[in-house]
Amino acid sequence: MSRKTKSRLEVATIYLVIFVMFVIIFYPLLWTVGMSLNPGTSLYAAELFPDNWTLDHYKWLFTDPDSDYLIWYKNSLIVAAANAFFSVILTSFVAYAFSRYRFIGRKYGLYAFLLLQMFPAIMAMVAIYILLNLIGLLDTLTGLILVYIGGQIPFNAWLVKGYFDTIPGELDDAARIDGAGHFGVFFRIMLPLAKPILGVVALFNFMAPFMDFLLPRIVLRSPENFTLALGLFNFINQQFANNFTRFAAGSILIAVPIAVVYLLSQRYLITGLTAGGTKG
Amino acid sequence: MTKQGGEVSKGKHSPVFAMILSAILAGLGQIYNRRYLKGILFIVLEVSFMLTLGRFINYGLWGFRTLGVTPMEDHSIFLIIYGLISLILVVFALGLYVLNILDAKRNAERLKNGEPNPTFGETIRNIWDRGFPYLFITPGLFMLTFIVILPILFTVSLAFTDYNQYNSPPGNLLNWVGFENFKKLVTLDTWSQTFFDVFTWTIVWTVVATTMQIALGLFLAIMANDPRIRFKKLIRTVLILPWAVPAFVTILIFSAMFNGEFGTINRDILSLFGLKIPWMLDPFWTKIALIMIQTWLGFPFVFALFTGVLQSISKDWYEAAEVDGGSRWQKFRYITFPHVMYATAPLLIMQYAGNFNNFNIIYLFNEGGPPIPGKRAGGTDILISWVYDLTFEINQYNMAAAITIILGLIVTGFAFYQFRKTRSFKEEGNI
Repeated sequence: MSRKTKSRLEVATIYLVIFVMFVIIFYPLLWTVGMSLNPGTSLYAAELFPDNWTLDHYKWLFTDPDSDYLIWYKNSLIVAAANAFFSVILTSFVAYAFSRYRFIGRKYGLYAFLLLQMFPAIMAMVAIYILLNLIGLLDTLTGLILVYIGGQIPFNAWLVKGYFDTIPGELDDAARIDGAGHFGVFFRIMLPLAKPILGVVALFNFMAPFMDFLLPRIVLRSPENFTLALGLFNFINQQFANNFTRFAAGSILIAVPIAVVYLLSQRYLITGLTAGGTKG
Repeated sequence: MTKQGGEVSKGKHSPVFAMILSAILAGLGQIYNRRYLKGILFIVLEVSFMLTLGRFINYGLWGFRTLGVTPMEDHSIFLIIYGLISLILVVFALGLYVLNILDAKRNAERLKNGEPNPTFGETIRNIWDRGFPYLFITPGLFMLTFIVILPILFTVSLAFTDYNQYNSPPGNLLNWVGFENFKKLVTLDTWSQTFFDVFTWTIVWTVVATTMQIALGLFLAIMANDPRIRFKKLIRTVLILPWAVPAFVTILIFSAMFNGEFGTINRDILSLFGLKIPWMLDPFWTKIALIMIQTWLGFPFVFALFTGVLQSISKDWYEAAEVDGGSRWQKFRYITFPHVMYATAPLLIMQYAGNFNNFNIIYLFNEGGPPIPGKRAGGTDILISWVYDLTFEINQYNMAAAITIILGLIVTGFAFYQFRKTRSFKEEGNI
């Protein structure tokens, strides 16, 4: 076999592998689209390519008085926006202190962050439930937001601190000579230069409430307070097969915007993660 | 304090005396050091701390020790929470107290050496500069304390109580039982058997599923990065698609697809080969399905990571290898693989830790099922989903907490060991 044919054969194999992966990736996604277009609500009778396809389920989600879908969407957006905003502020404060100052307890603080981020959220669920109950924030979006903001600190503070460390200290010194104080350096030097990583943190925290169903499940009780993930989960959990087509439609409506945002921003996500995570 | 300000001659001011005074009452040492304003401020702070929180702390510590004495009136669970808050407050106050003593000592030493006290303006500046980092971490630390640290301490506390569905407040009081729950877990057959099974499967699951997703991600990254391949951008976009779709949606969809009766896997695909696999009813097949799904969900992130690293490896390495007559396998083994692993090791460790605690997939796919007769956990339950069941389904809070502690120790130990070996951590440790 000549070198050229060998090379061609290899390229063909690679394309074949990638084609197989395409099929494996697209099959579940297209199947869901197919389900959402089926006329009935039951999975038993649903077909991948329905003969008389319909957008009824999408219409139902938005217009039917029984549907809380729009409320869930609104709740999720509120939680996501608040979480992204406050998380960025709180995390960058902490990261700034840990990156630029030497103070008593600094080293142990960093160790603690590293360890705390390994603990799964579920370890804290019972206590969080009781605490929120004590301060009257159970079944409220505020309570959910507070838990999200507190829980993200260990991971993201480490990430942002790593990025802050890469910003040269000479810039701080120069700003201080020009008369900037602690706040001046933070707002005029660190924040603008750390925009990429802060963007990553904001995005992570904006996305989290759309993907997480466990915490809302424990914190939220009444359907009008549900977030999308919880609402959809209950949708399918109650009468699994009977609501499946509606669930499929609802899923597509949240999966598409999230997927688009991720695909557009994945490059920044990855560079942010590797920059903060490995060079930190 | 007997001498008039300014008259203390060099060498007579005693740091030890200042420390003793400060230990008796915060601020006294400062007054001895002739920092009157500071001393009075410290005393005011200490007294108001005692007045406002003294009773609460006292009650909290009493409750934590006794867990209450009258059922219906004392709620043991709340008492644990109050007790932990009190403990945190006490630790915090003790920390400040030590700082106060050290401050008195340092100040007295300066006076002893004949250095003058700083002026008022200097003091303010000093406080601002030295206190600034604390000001900045306070809001974060506050949230962290109540949302992460307190709940973890609470879980740890529960593991040493007898809190379960038959013995729960407010009707009953809880008791401290020491290591009873851990002993039960190891010695009582019904518990130890289940624990062993769940534990083994958790390890197998973590190692197999994570390694599969990393291997597939690496394999595809090398394929898609081949210089002869075209449409790279399209290929990359499609290959990271599973990462972009919210996992809980995909898992629920897979759960429907794998449904034994009307799921598309059995109905549309395997029926072509005349097969019908009980995906949801046989633990073995459920495990296979779970590993396949996790590979589908997890490889894109690894793929994206590796693609970034592969593009940053200098061509010179490969050219040098070609000059030396290196085979393709050798190039992979000695250039690509070390580069990729070196750059991404901490993130890959996180992948293993993530799967060890991957509650979502286990719970959403089949709720840890199928159930196995005579066992306390479902056929595919991993430790974390078992803990969830014990807590929220059958209210065995104490056992759940005990297992959680074991789980937490494993993850932390493993992660700590691995992190210590990575470069970033070593640099940080040297400060």
